[in-house]
Amino acid sequence: MSALNALAPSRLQQSGTSIAHDSAVAQISGSATYLDDLPEVRGTLHAAPILSHIAHGKLLGVDASAARALPGVVDVVLAADICGSPLLASFMGDEPIFAADTVQHVGQVIGLVVAHTVQEARRAARKVQVKIEALTPVLTVQDALAAKSFVLPPVTVRRGDAQAALKIATHTLEGTLEVGGQEHFYLEGQIAYALPLEQHQWLIYSSTQHPGEVQHWVAHALGLDNHAVRVECRRMGGGFGGKETQAGHLAVWAALAASKTGRPVKLRLDRDDDFMITGKRHPFAYDYTAGFDDTGRLTALQLTMAVNCGFSADLSGPVADRAIFHTDNAYYLSDVDITSYRCKTNTQSHTAFRGFGGPQGVILIETLMGDIARHLKRDPLDVRLRNVYSDEVVPGTELKRDTTHYQMKVEDNILLPLLSKLELSAQYRRRVQAILAWNSANSVLKRGIAITPVKFGISFTATLFNQAGALVHVYTDGSVQVNHGGVEMGQGLHTKVAQIVADELGIDFHKVLATASDTSKVPNASATAASAGTDLNGRAAQFAARHVRDNLAAFVCGLDGCGAGAIRFEGGQVHSPKASRSFKDVVSMAYANRIQLWSDGFYRTPKIHYDKATLTGRPFFYFAYGAACTEVAIDTLTGESRVLAVDILHDVGRSINPAIDIGQIEGGFVQGMGWLTTEQLVWNDKGVLTTHAPSTYKIPTAGDVPEHFKVDLWPEPNREDNVFGSKAVGEPPFMLAISVYEAIRDAIAQARGDGQVVQLTAPATAENVLDALQSP
Amino acid sequence: MHTQVLKFLRRGQVVTLPAVDTHRTLLEVLREDLHCTGTKEGCNEGDCGACTVVIGEAVDGQLQTRAVNSCIKLAHSVQGQAVWTVEDIAPTLGTGVSSLPPEGAVPGLGQPGAAATAVTLHPAQAAMVACHGSQCGFCTPGFVMSLFGLYQSCQGQPVSRGEAQAALSGNLCRCTGYRPILDAAQQMHTWPVALINETEVLSKLELLRQETPGPQHDLAYKLPKTLPQLLTMRSQHPQAQIVAGCTDVGLWVTKQHRQFDQVLDVTQVVELRRVEDYPHHIAIGASVSLTDAFAALVADRPQLAEFAHRFAGLPVRNSGTLGGNVANGSPIGDSMPLLIAMGANVVLMAWRKNRVVHRELRLEDLYTGYRTNVMAADEVLAWIKVPKQVGEATGISALRVYKISKRFEDDISAVCLALDVAVVNGVVQRASIGVGGVAATPVRAKKTEAALLGQVWTLATVQQAMEVLRQEFSPISDMRASAAYRRTVLGNLLQRYWLERRGGADTDLQQLSALEVAA
Repeated sequence: MSALNALAPSRLQQSGTSIAHDSAVAQISGSATYLDDLPEVRGTLHAAPILSHIAHGKLLGVDASAARALPGVVDVVLAADICGSPLLASFMGDEPIFAADTVQHVGQVIGLVVAHTVQEARRAARKVQVKIEALTPVLTVQDALAAKSFVLPPVTVRRGDAQAALKIATHTLEGTLEVGGQEHFYLEGQIAYALPLEQHQWLIYSSTQHPGEVQHWVAHALGLDNHAVRVECRRMGGGFGGKETQAGHLAVWAALAASKTGRPVKLRLDRDDDFMITGKRHPFAYDYTAGFDDTGRLTALQLTMAVNCGFSADLSGPVADRAIFHTDNAYYLSDVDITSYRCKTNTQSHTAFRGFGGPQGVILIETLMGDIARHLKRDPLDVRLRNVYSDEVVPGTELKRDTTHYQMKVEDNILLPLLSKLELSAQYRRRVQAILAWNSANSVLKRGIAITPVKFGISFTATLFNQAGALVHVYTDGSVQVNHGGVEMGQGLHTKVAQIVADELGIDFHKVLATASDTSKVPNASATAASAGTDLNGRAAQFAARHVRDNLAAFVCGLDGCGAGAIRFEGGQVHSPKASRSFKDVVSMAYANRIQLWSDGFYRTPKIHYDKATLTGRPFFYFAYGAACTEVAIDTLTGESRVLAVDILHDVGRSINPAIDIGQIEGGFVQGMGWLTTEQLVWNDKGVLTTHAPSTYKIPTAGDVPEHFKVDLWPEPNREDNVFGSKAVGEPPFMLAISVYEAIRDAIAQARGDGQVVQLTAPATAENVLDALQSP
Repeated sequence: MHTQVLKFLRRGQVVTLPAVDTHRTLLEVLREDLHCTGTKEGCNEGDCGACTVVIGEAVDGQLQTRAVNSCIKLAHSVQGQAVWTVEDIAPTLGTGVSSLPPEGAVPGLGQPGAAATAVTLHPAQAAMVACHGSQCGFCTPGFVMSLFGLYQSCQGQPVSRGEAQAALSGNLCRCTGYRPILDAAQQMHTWPVALINETEVLSKLELLRQETPGPQHDLAYKLPKTLPQLLTMRSQHPQAQIVAGCTDVGLWVTKQHRQFDQVLDVTQVVELRRVEDYPHHIAIGASVSLTDAFAALVADRPQLAEFAHRFAGLPVRNSGTLGGNVANGSPIGDSMPLLIAMGANVVLMAWRKNRVVHRELRLEDLYTGYRTNVMAADEVLAWIKVPKQVGEATGISALRVYKISKRFEDDISAVCLALDVAVVNGVVQRASIGVGGVAATPVRAKKTEAALLGQVWTLATVQQAMEVLRQEFSPISDMRASAAYRRTVLGNLLQRYWLERRGGADTDLQQLSALEVAA
């Protein structure tokens, strides 16, 4: 709470209010520039990728003569043209920049055609003849498990003795579950623009969540030191994790083409190519046995997760780890044994996507809660409440039911009060009865309802990434620039950071300008990911602003002969016991007196640590909580479904900007709803992704959003000392949409009426729902 | 490569581009030639709406404005029309949108210390800011333009949530979850009125029309204005690619990079833009947009409203034509199963020996195979004749159309089933069933019709017919659904039809609302 104490309530004028997104007016008038909107430098060329059409094979040769003969074509860039390392500087170093000897998925990039216009490059890229000798591909996790085809070794996390506990369990349930992946479908496709500068220096414009990594990857591919590459990103047209590592590929490809041609090169992927090339949310397959008592309390869980990682490791290790970390979701797991297989398949290399494996952990345990309830003929919410973390003592021990399977104590637990509040406000019990009655009177349509919670760990699990820097520049006219290591992708990060800086200096929000992310301003910045953008960069910016404020306060103290603690910055004024002056005047006077008007700020998240080998410790600074109550209806003739009402109660701590936070909650929920209902990735038996455009891959539209879509914020600040008392909000609400899936399963169970476990493959397309209705 | 002059009206001025390639899209011309980058490319296939612009043209002396996808619209198709992009609609820009003097209090932008608005915003823009309707902002220009189109069409009056959803059905947003955008749509009317000055735009369009030479045969992009011009051009250039709204052909250009030596655009042929009303049928000209065609069909059969709303998204319905959907003959085109069930005919026309010849055939007889048809090289699909409903009022017959897709709005059918069964004295007197998504062409379910015809209209009859329907076709498995699902659900949809005819059973998901939930 010290952050709150440091700021007297009367001065909190910007943070806590729903200021519009700092780019809103520019966005609605079309003047906000995205990368492809920047004026092009003289001589700019455009590139288009040459793709593998085979899932797995030996690359025998590339004949680009037909492409080279087309008008406008300048050059063709292949693996042989790379002077430096042929491998991307990715985490595991297992990914070629361009496929050289083998191709590993349909859509793998073999090279680029460079031409004067985008259209010329794309047309020519399709004329490149690629000779591939096909090899047998591994297309499913089942095949990968059988062939022991892995990108990383399996990981097991254990607590207690699951096998022994299963033997003595009153009830056991065995099951399998398959959950599909998800395309990010950022509206702005992947794009990079590489400009060679003097003396082997480079400027890279990249639509990236991680400019620092783009810098490192480009430098590595060009054989340069990092300092020679500057990466800039003002904003992305959506990221969602899809531009964390994937943006780096584009930048490296564009830079190699620019290096070979000596000209600036822009690479903007066509939407279909973007689908074919880039990784998606990891599809998961699960196999589990659970033990539980008559009340529905889980006593044992043995779980295998098979993670479809695609052809390379990318971020699959930490994604799969986070799935393990979130298999408990909100529930105490006493005796548990989880093994996670990181399967290598001949598909796109799956990558970060909002939740980063968390959703794939949460959905499994939520499915299990629903199944246990139906098995015992109990209400699913009662079973959930029976299992949530609490202070209850574990019988025969001194332990409490408050510690995760990775040995982290859940210190900030608000699950019970939060669930109880939502249960009441959403009138859950009454609606359960009303739905039961309605269903008994209707044979074709059936309704279902579910409440599911989320508890999401906040921090990068790789502890080193939990650091951030910022620069605050105060100019002599009293206007302020803030620059930090985070990137704006629509989440309102720049707006929140500017609010924080404005409050620290006691000035109006509009006097603070957040500027483009730039590796030459704040170096070595972590990816804007893990929901931690504001936590990390907001605090770093706050510290930077505080340093400047301290300089100014000391200066005013000198003028007025008072102590620094007596100086207040608020309402654009600087007040001392002797005088009040405008911020602008103080700045101007301070400049004349050679006082430093700019500063850096640095922040590292406290308290966190964990052992990578055993996945135990305190990987997270705190947890963000929430719960959703969703009512759906299904058509038992066709399997079609519709979401009828959603009530959400979500914990963002003390909100820096309620409108932005609610926007993240609603947007995350609807994106999660898409993952679990209409968004189906289909690879055919040749490994070709056949849903590679919005014509075939269906994200939710306005018509899918129910009129009753109510979001309330939990009224309590973060119990940990986080900036403004807020909590991270980017990812946790995504998992609230698991209530949609559980409500659909409830409707299916009510339609079946046989008390059997509901076997529903996600996403719950009409076909999958009809299968679940009809399966024996 | 063929280039020719392109002229259209924008910001109250005639934009003249002397040499625009005939295969370039309006989006490319806006972004690359005019350097107006406010309009975005999201998918390059008309499915995401980030490229939405509003097109205006004079129709029967009135200004008709429609939101369309600029990414799949060939640039030359806007010849002589007015174009508004997101950069053009702020009333203070003097671009044809006028703000009336505010009545009473002027709602602000709802943000403290709003220093941001040097230019006044259009109500669609102001409401989007006030409702926090933009996050990453990349889809936003498209949403703003769809809202602008909605605002114009309802003349600044309040709109319902349903109307807002329908107007935004072709715009995808990945950030907001849509609630704030729907709120913005419903709040636009609270800002001072800002409407296009129609008189001014119409007079400028008329001036532009007068200075534009008539249709020229020798141009690569041909824009005939009359039916005889169209037919003679067709007879002289049978190899020219015919386009209407270009909502499919546009993708051949943007995705397959096909280039046509000659393009014959039928959209400005005045005769074919008409919907003609006859005592027993309506005749829909081949250049009538899907929006207008469905409006005519819904006027006669209100139960088609939901299906019309589900046909693509609004910008595609505004561009695309019913004639194009039929002539294109995709097996998953949604209008054909419906038209087959309605007993529609098509009229083909040609210019032969200095006169117009025509023939009329049943719609299902147009097709010979996957996207192939009986049309001769010089023939043009000119009219679609749809019989008016008979017997619906008395309950003798009932036309229904069912579409199964992964998403409710703006999706392509896995299967589409349209049925019209007339029952007299408990016996099936007529059965007309069209099916999509089960064969290489849209088809009539003749065996199923035969299984019903003359039978007593009972569950047993229907169950028999369900089995016939499931076996009548050999659908494929693809990304939309498996063959098994398609078969199963086809039969089940016939069951749904029977249940709906019988009455009593609740079968429409869209009509449901949540139980017991507080507002």
